[in-house]
Amino acid sequence: MIDGKNRSRRIVKKTRRIVDRIRSEPPTVTLVQLLFYFFAIVLVGAGMRVITVRNPVHAALFLVLAFFSMASIWLLLEEEFLAIVLVLVYVGAVMVLFLFVIMMLDVNLAQLRAGFIRHLWVGVGVAFLIVVQLYGVFTAKNLGLASAPPPVAHGANYSNTEELGRLLYTNYVYPFEIAAVVLLVAIVAAIALTMRRRAGTKHQRPSHQVAVRREDRIRIVKMPAEKKQ
Amino acid sequence: MIDISHLLVLGAVMFCISMAGIFINRKNVIILLMSIELMLLSVNLNFVAFSYHLGDLAGQVFVFFILTVAAAEAAIGLAILVVVFRTRQTINVAELDTMKG
Amino acid sequence: MYSIYLWTVLAPLIGAVVAGFFGRVIGRAGAHWVTIIGVAIATILSFLAYKHVVVDGAPAFNGTVYVWGIVGDLRLEIGFLIDELSATMMLVVTFVSLMIHVYTIGYMSDDPGYQRFFSYISLFTFAMLMLVMSNNFFQLFFGWEAVGVVSYLLIGFWYQRESAIFANLKAFVVNRVGDFGFILGIAAVLMYFDSLDYATVFERAPGVLGTTIEVLPGSEWSVMTLVCILLFIGAMGKSAQFPLHVWLPDSMEGPTPISALIHAATMVTAGIFMVARMSPLFELSDTALTTVMWIGAITCMFMGLLGLVQNDIKRVIAYSTLSQLGYMFVALGVSAYAAGIFHLTTHAFFKALLFLAAGSVIIGMHHEQDMRKMGGLWKYMPITWFTSLIGTLALVGFPGFSGFFSKDAIIDAAHHSSLPGAGIVYWMVLGSVLITSLYSFRLFFLVFHGKARMDEHTREHLHESPAVVTVPLMVLAIPSAIIGWFFVVPVLFGGYFGSSIFVEPGHDVLATMAETFPGTSKFFLEGFFHWPFYLAVIGFLISWYMYIKRPDLPDKVTAHTRVVYDILVRKYGFDELYQFLFAGGARGIGELLWRLGDQGLIDGVIVNGTARAVGRFAGFARKIQSGFLYDYAFAMIIGLLVLMSLGLYVYS
Repeated sequence: MIDGKNRSRRIVKKTRRIVDRIRSEPPTVTLVQLLFYFFAIVLVGAGMRVITVRNPVHAALFLVLAFFSMASIWLLLEEEFLAIVLVLVYVGAVMVLFLFVIMMLDVNLAQLRAGFIRHLWVGVGVAFLIVVQLYGVFTAKNLGLASAPPPVAHGANYSNTEELGRLLYTNYVYPFEIAAVVLLVAIVAAIALTMRRRAGTKHQRPSHQVAVRREDRIRIVKMPAEKKQ
Repeated sequence: MIDISHLLVLGAVMFCISMAGIFINRKNVIILLMSIELMLLSVNLNFVAFSYHLGDLAGQVFVFFILTVAAAEAAIGLAILVVVFRTRQTINVAELDTMKG
Repeated sequence: MYSIYLWTVLAPLIGAVVAGFFGRVIGRAGAHWVTIIGVAIATILSFLAYKHVVVDGAPAFNGTVYVWGIVGDLRLEIGFLIDELSATMMLVVTFVSLMIHVYTIGYMSDDPGYQRFFSYISLFTFAMLMLVMSNNFFQLFFGWEAVGVVSYLLIGFWYQRESAIFANLKAFVVNRVGDFGFILGIAAVLMYFDSLDYATVFERAPGVLGTTIEVLPGSEWSVMTLVCILLFIGAMGKSAQFPLHVWLPDSMEGPTPISALIHAATMVTAGIFMVARMSPLFELSDTALTTVMWIGAITCMFMGLLGLVQNDIKRVIAYSTLSQLGYMFVALGVSAYAAGIFHLTTHAFFKALLFLAAGSVIIGMHHEQDMRKMGGLWKYMPITWFTSLIGTLALVGFPGFSGFFSKDAIIDAAHHSSLPGAGIVYWMVLGSVLITSLYSFRLFFLVFHGKARMDEHTREHLHESPAVVTVPLMVLAIPSAIIGWFFVVPVLFGGYFGSSIFVEPGHDVLATMAETFPGTSKFFLEGFFHWPFYLAVIGFLISWYMYIKRPDLPDKVTAHTRVVYDILVRKYGFDELYQFLFAGGARGIGELLWRLGDQGLIDGVIVNGTARAVGRFAGFARKIQSGFLYDYAFAMIIGLLVLMSLGLYVYS
C-alpha cells in the first residue's frame, strides 16, 4: 500500500515535468502542417484500404478518396493546377472508367471472399523494409536539402496555371505534342483491342472501297446504237 | 511550410503500400491496376514536393506528363483486362499462368 | 669406298620398295628378281668391303652420311662405322639373306603373298645392315626397332591365322620390354657421355668409370654397370635370352625361310653384335659381364632341355637356337668376344642350313611339321638328308666342323675365366653339349631314319625339293663344314678384330688360351679326346638307342619321369606366367581404367554428369517461372530491395 502510493506519486511528478517543458517552449504547428498531417493520414489509410478490401467497387472508391486527399496536399503546396487536373482527369475520367469496367465485368463476388494468402506477411515484410530504408535516406542529415533556400511564398496574383502554361508551351512544347500523340495512340489501341464486330450490322469497309478496280465494276458492252423511231 | 522529408516519406509509404498491394493481391487484376495508379500517384507527390521546395516548375511539368501517360496506360490496361475477361471468363490473377515454365 | 657402303644399304631398300609397292605391276618373277638383284649387289659390295677392311687391313671407316636433325648440342645422324666387326656381320647378313631369297622362290612358290614376302625380307636386310653399319646409338636403335617391326610383319605373314597373329604380337611386345631397357640405356649414355656417337662415347668411357648414380635412395650404382645392364636388357629381348625368351618358339608361326633368316642367323644375333660392339663399355664393368655370362648360361642349359620334348620340327630347332645364343652370350660374358662372334658366324650358317632343311622336309611332307609323323626320309630326300647331317654335326661340335672350333673355344674360355661363378658356368656349358647332341640327333633320327610313320598318300608324293631349295642348302653346307678350319686361328688368336673389340688385359681369356693353343690340325685331333666330343658321342648313342633301336623306349621314359616331363612340356610355366601376369595384368589395368576412368569418370561424371547437373539445375530454376504476375513483380521488388541495401551499404 505504501508502494502503490509511491508509484502514483512518481507518475504525477513525471507528467508535471513534461507539461512544464511543453509550456516553456510551446511547439509550433502551423495550420498548414496540421492539415498536411490530416490529409496524409487519410491518404495512407485510403491506400491501405484499396489493397485490402474484397469488393473491387469499394476499392475503386477508396482510390478516389486517396486521389482527393492527394489533391488537397498539392493545394497546400501551392500547386493548384495539378491538384485540379488530378481531380478532373484522374478521378473524373480514369476512375470512372475503372468503375465502368468493374461493373461491366461479371465478377463472381463469392469467389473473391476466399481467405487471405500465406504470403501476405512476406510481402508486407519486404515493403516495410523498403520503407525503413527510404526513411533512413530521406531523413538523413546530408541530403543537402537544408542548404537549399526556403520556398518563396508567392503573391496573391501569382497564377500557378499561367506560369505552368508559359513553361509548357515554350520549353516543353515538343513533349507536349508527343503526349498528345500518346493519347491518340491509346484511344486507337483501346478501340482496336476491344471492338467486337457483330454480325448483321451494316458497316463500311473503307479499305475495300479504296481497293476497287475499274475492271471489277465496269463492263463495256458493245451494242449498236438504237435508231430513234 | 511542410518539411520535405515529411513529403518524401509520405511518398515512400504510398509507394510501398502499392508494392505490397501488387504482391498480396492474388484474386483481382483490377486491384493490380489500381495499385499501379497508386504507385504513379506517389511518384507524382515526390516530383511535386521537390518542385515546391526547389522553386523549379520543371517538376510540375513532369507531373503533367506523368498524368497524361498514366491515363493512357490505364485505358489500355483496362481494355486488355476486358479482352482477357472475355476469353478466360476470370479475373483471378492466380488463374492467369499460361506463361508457366 | 663410301659409295660402296651407301649402295650396300640402299640396294636392298630399293628392292624392297619396288617389290612392295609395285608388286602387282611387276608380277611374281619381277618381284623376286628385283629383290634378289638388290641383295646380290649388297652381298658383292659386302665382299668388297670385307676384303678392303679385313683382308687388306685398311683403317676403319667412320663417317656421317646424313645429318637427320640437330637438337641443341645433340646431333642425330646417319653414319657408317665399317671395321672388322661390322664388315664380318655385313657379310654374314647379306650372304645368308641371299641364300634365303633364292630358297624362298621355291618355298613360297604357291603363296598369294609372294611379292609381299620378298619385299619384307629385303626390307629386313636393309634394316639389319643399318643396324650393323651404324656409328651411333641413334641409328643402332633405328635398325633395332626396324628389324623388330619387320619380324612382326613376317611372323604374322599369314595374318589370317589366329596363332600367327598371337605370335607376332607376342614377339613384338616382348621385344618392346627389352627395348624399354635399351632405350633407358641409350638415355643414360646420352646423359653421362653427352654424345651418341660411338667413337666419342668409347673415348670418354674411362672418364665416366668412377661416377655413380643413386638408383634407389641409399644404394649407389656404378654408372657403367647400369648403362651396360640396361643395354643388355635390350639384347635380352632381341636375342631371346631368359626371361624374355618366350617369343622365339612362337615365332615359328612364320614361314620357314624367315625362321632361318631372322630367328637363327641375323635378327637374334643383333643383341650379340651390340654387346660386342659395346665391348669398351662392358669391359669396364665386371658386374655387367657376370650378368651377361650367367644369363647366357641359364638360357643355354634350360632352353636346351626344352628342345628334348618338342614334337614340332621347327620348335626343336628354335630351342636349339636359343641354347646356342646362350653360348654366345657366355662367350661375351667371359670377355671372349671374338669367340662369341665366331660362334655367331658359324651358327648363322649351320642353323640357317638346318632351318632350310627343315623347310625342305616340310615341303616334301605337304606342310606337315610333326616329327612323330615323319621317318625314313633319307631314301626320298637324299640331298636334304646329307646337308642336314652336315648341319647337325656342326651343331653338336663334331671335330673338324665349324661348330666344333667355335663351341670348344667358348667352353675353354669359360674354363679360363675368373668371373664369379665361371666354374659353374663351365659345367653348365659343358653339360649343354650333351643336351645339344641329344636333341639334335633325336631330330635327325626321328625325321630321316627309322620306320616311316606317315600315311600312304604322303609317302607316295615324297620327293626331293626343287633346285631352288636344295642349292642354297648345299651352298650353306660348305661354310658349315669348313669355315672353322680357316678362320679359327686368325679370328680367335690373330687379332682379326683389331680395334673394333676392346678387351681389358685382366679379362683376356683368349690371350691365355692362345698360349696353349696347339695349332688347328692338332686341335682337331685332340678334339677327339676331350670331354665335349665324348659327351656328343654319348648323346648320339642315347638318341640312336631310343629312337632307332628301341622306339618304344621314349614313351616308357616319359611315363617314369612324368613330373619332369610336364615341367618341360609346359616350358617351365613362363608362357602361362607372362600371359597371366603381364598380358592379363595389362588388360586388367586397361579394363579398370576403362571402367573407372573412361566410363566412370569421363563419361559418367564429366560428360553425363555435367549434362545431368545442368538438367537438374534447369529443373530447379524453371520453377521460378511460375506464370503468375505477382511472383514476377515480387522478384523485381526483391531486386530493388537488394540494390537499395547495397547502395546504402556502399554510401554509408
